[in-house]
Amino acid sequence: MQMLCQRCNKAQATVHLLDIIPPDGDKRERHLCERCAAEEGLTAQKNESVNTILDSFIKQSAGTQKVANISCPDCGTTFREFRSQGLLGCPSDYEVFGDSLQSLIERVHDGATHHVGKTPARLGGEPSQHATLAKLRRQMQEAIQQEDYELAAKLRDDMNEHESK
Amino acid sequence: MTIDELTTQTGEWLRGDGPYADIVISSRVRLARNISGYPFLTKATDEDRKQVFRLLSDCISDVDLGENSLLVDIDAVQDIDRQVLVERHLISRQHAESEGTRGVVVSGGERRALMINEEDHLRIQVLRSGLQLSALFDEVNQLDDAVEEHVEYAFDRRLGYLTACPTNVGTGIRVSVMLHLPALKMTNQIEQMFRAVKDMKLAIRGLHGEGTDAIGDFFQVSNQITLGRAEDEIVDDFGTRIIPRLVEFETAARNTLLKERSNLLDDKIWRAYGTLENARALSSDETLYLLSHLRMGVNMGRCPKIDLATVNEMFIHTQPAHLQKLSGRRLGGEERSVARAEYLRDTLESRN
Repeated sequence: MQMLCQRCNKAQATVHLLDIIPPDGDKRERHLCERCAAEEGLTAQKNESVNTILDSFIKQSAGTQKVANISCPDCGTTFREFRSQGLLGCPSDYEVFGDSLQSLIERVHDGATHHVGKTPARLGGEPSQHATLAKLRRQMQEAIQQEDYELAAKLRDDMNEHESK
Repeated sequence: MTIDELTTQTGEWLRGDGPYADIVISSRVRLARNISGYPFLTKATDEDRKQVFRLLSDCISDVDLGENSLLVDIDAVQDIDRQVLVERHLISRQHAESEGTRGVVVSGGERRALMINEEDHLRIQVLRSGLQLSALFDEVNQLDDAVEEHVEYAFDRRLGYLTACPTNVGTGIRVSVMLHLPALKMTNQIEQMFRAVKDMKLAIRGLHGEGTDAIGDFFQVSNQITLGRAEDEIVDDFGTRIIPRLVEFETAARNTLLKERSNLLDDKIWRAYGTLENARALSSDETLYLLSHLRMGVNMGRCPKIDLATVNEMFIHTQPAHLQKLSGRRLGGEERSVARAEYLRDTLESRN
């Protein structure tokens, strides 16, 4: 369905809003194009990259001086330095910067906390317990989506078996 | 092989074959890796950088990369050669412009490029024309295994491969696909596409990656999440779900144009052709814009005078560094525009 923006009457409306107006709760529908919506501050600025999320996040939430001054005994990088350039100094930083870094990682990676995937051969090359479970869970969800309940049940049993290991 | 020899070729990513090649220009998979026991590059001393460079370039030469591989010491070559590598998508702009000991190993007819001392110690990149992600993943995975036989990677059981930027931690994988979406642009649907792509937590960028604008309807779509999802899951999602949907979207827009506005479509295509065939000075942005319309015309069978391989060749050879290499001398901005128009006229004339 094509609909023109109610504000500029030129571009196609792609942002659809339903305002509830107090006190009576009257409803008002509005249909705007991307640009007008952005001008009214109704949508996120476009091109918000991971780096900008990272920037704003690091600036607001990891603000305390104490955290900012933590420095890595191996490479000397402080959390403040990381904050300004977005890059770490050495692998130990991941441990040294602890929770502050951890919450940032979770936010950037959609809540993930554990690696799922390839493991170097020197560490056995086998995926971790967490990775195996995550994979089974994903396959089970796919089976449910495709209404293959027999397969889903089998995958659930596999998961239970893994969890009890 | 030398950089000068590279310059005259078209390059793997512009071969114009492979699945969905009319819309998917190229696919790329890269892995970010660091060597255990060395600091990341922000804290690496000159000596660290040299050691990592030596370690990795030795080990890569042990890994079978086939014939015709080329090791470039980026710090030692001229600026224009660095620029050629950027224009061919073999190194990042950042890698060209930074400082200190760094390099790239190019092999497999430019299908493989291993950057040493970029943001991470090693970035293994493989590239193909069209949508060929699972083959690419197998290839990059094997290269990674082969390198790993010689070095120990920085890896953590919980967080996976440790990278200089926490946005890459985990698998360190980046899957990117270069798309040509002129019909979505012409039918004003590109913003919707952007929104859909962002909703899927993917990044969308211009022709030359990070920090570049989309010129001439070329867009690069890539994953942002590298933690909590396995490599094959990410690759599979891209290759079988996300990209085919975007391709469908563009195809539908092309069909609408053909059905409802074919005069307008042909006008765009033939105007582009006419300008390319006759102009006396062309900037690189205008050239990209015109070639984009011409490419669409060729792929939609509206412009039988020319083939895709020629269009692709014109893409690569009209970029500033290539143009200067081919004409054998340094050219200022205006001289480049003139040389570019001349090259395009000659090429189109010789193919007619």
